[in-house]
Amino acid sequence: MAAKGFFWSTLTEPLIRQNPVTLQILGICSALAVTTSLDTALTMAASLTVVLVLSAFFVSLIRRHIPDSIRLIVQIIIVASLVIVIDQLLQAYLFDISKRLSVFVGLITTNCIVLGRTESFSRSNPPVRSMVDALGNGLGYSMVLTVIGSIRELFGKGSLLGFDVLPTVDQGGWYTPLALMLLAPSAFFLLGGLVWAIRSLNPEQAEALEHVPPEKKESRA
Amino acid sequence: MNDLASLFLRAAFVENMPLTLFLGLCTFLALSRRTGTAVGLGIAVTLVLGATAALNQAIYHFILAPGAWTWAGMPELDLSYLKLIAFIGVIAASVQLIEMVLDRYFPVIYSAFGVFLPLLTVHCAILAGSLFTVERNYDVTESFVFGLGGGAGFAIAVIMLAGIRQRLAYADLPAGLRGLGITFVLAGMMSLGFSAFAQMVVA
Repeated sequence: MAAKGFFWSTLTEPLIRQNPVTLQILGICSALAVTTSLDTALTMAASLTVVLVLSAFFVSLIRRHIPDSIRLIVQIIIVASLVIVIDQLLQAYLFDISKRLSVFVGLITTNCIVLGRTESFSRSNPPVRSMVDALGNGLGYSMVLTVIGSIRELFGKGSLLGFDVLPTVDQGGWYTPLALMLLAPSAFFLLGGLVWAIRSLNPEQAEALEHVPPEKKESRA
Repeated sequence: MNDLASLFLRAAFVENMPLTLFLGLCTFLALSRRTGTAVGLGIAVTLVLGATAALNQAIYHFILAPGAWTWAGMPELDLSYLKLIAFIGVIAASVQLIEMVLDRYFPVIYSAFGVFLPLLTVHCAILAGSLFTVERNYDVTESFVFGLGGGAGFAIAVIMLAGIRQRLAYADLPAGLRGLGITFVLAGMMSLGFSAFAQMVVA
């Protein structure tokens, strides 16, 4: 029973409370670049989760045989091989999406979540537990991508997954698409807002003040 | 000559790595608390990006590209699917090499940004720089210039962000927005500013 509880918390902790993107500042690059529409965001999220789980499994499996001094290189090679497999699969079966994702599938190799989890968790835990942890982190990342991807596609194009939700003015409807949502700045603003929302719900995550104004210092003392 | 200059400007401003392409954001956000560290990081990224973009493009062109082995009687051989592993290996090796050379001959510079060098192996902007040069068919000189431009753009952005964040340490922000949250909003505003460069037609 205790073991089950442990697995459960390993799986659910990274979803919101320990979310890899909003709390640990990992894997942000791809989180923002691929979220102009929901289908690319979902493809990216699925690819990353698969790579994350498999690399956690393999690294954890050979964790006792990796010499400490070259462990980073070994881990990167494992991750890169998995990414090549995913990249080839996407090119074979989802060619359109893989064209739009361009180099970002390849960049899963240097996604900090993958290396961060193998380095901090899989290296010292048995395979099954590492895979559960990796799955949790992958889902946490997917959640952020899905939220940002849906908002950007819904307000930027008035559609979700290519289906029209808000009828746009071009097609005789009433909704004027916000072009800004499809540009780079909106991704930053949305993620900033998401971080703010999550940290307001979990006040213990808020960062400490770097500098305390003198009048406050006196009133506290 | 003119082409190369415009390529440099394009890589640095129009396609600014962190602000318009979202590359290298992890270090961009994590290491921009102080201007001093930001300067060190910017120089290190520029060096490594320029060197590895040119090197990787050469390796791709002469070994991995489809048809590269025609002279050996194997015109159909296509090794381009190996590019990820090859590139990441080259990046890791050149980072190690630069670290050793700096440590031996320029200990002052080494101690200034020694901490960041190993980190650069997993820096998204550096791998992306190499992948972009392949995707866009640059030759080796163009790749070098593109790498330097991208690095310079990254350096400018990270130093500016660090400058703003240092001032913001004195601001009274809502608790949840402190640190990471406000940094995203700042980056968004800088990105708005940089999107003005997108209209700049570099002839």
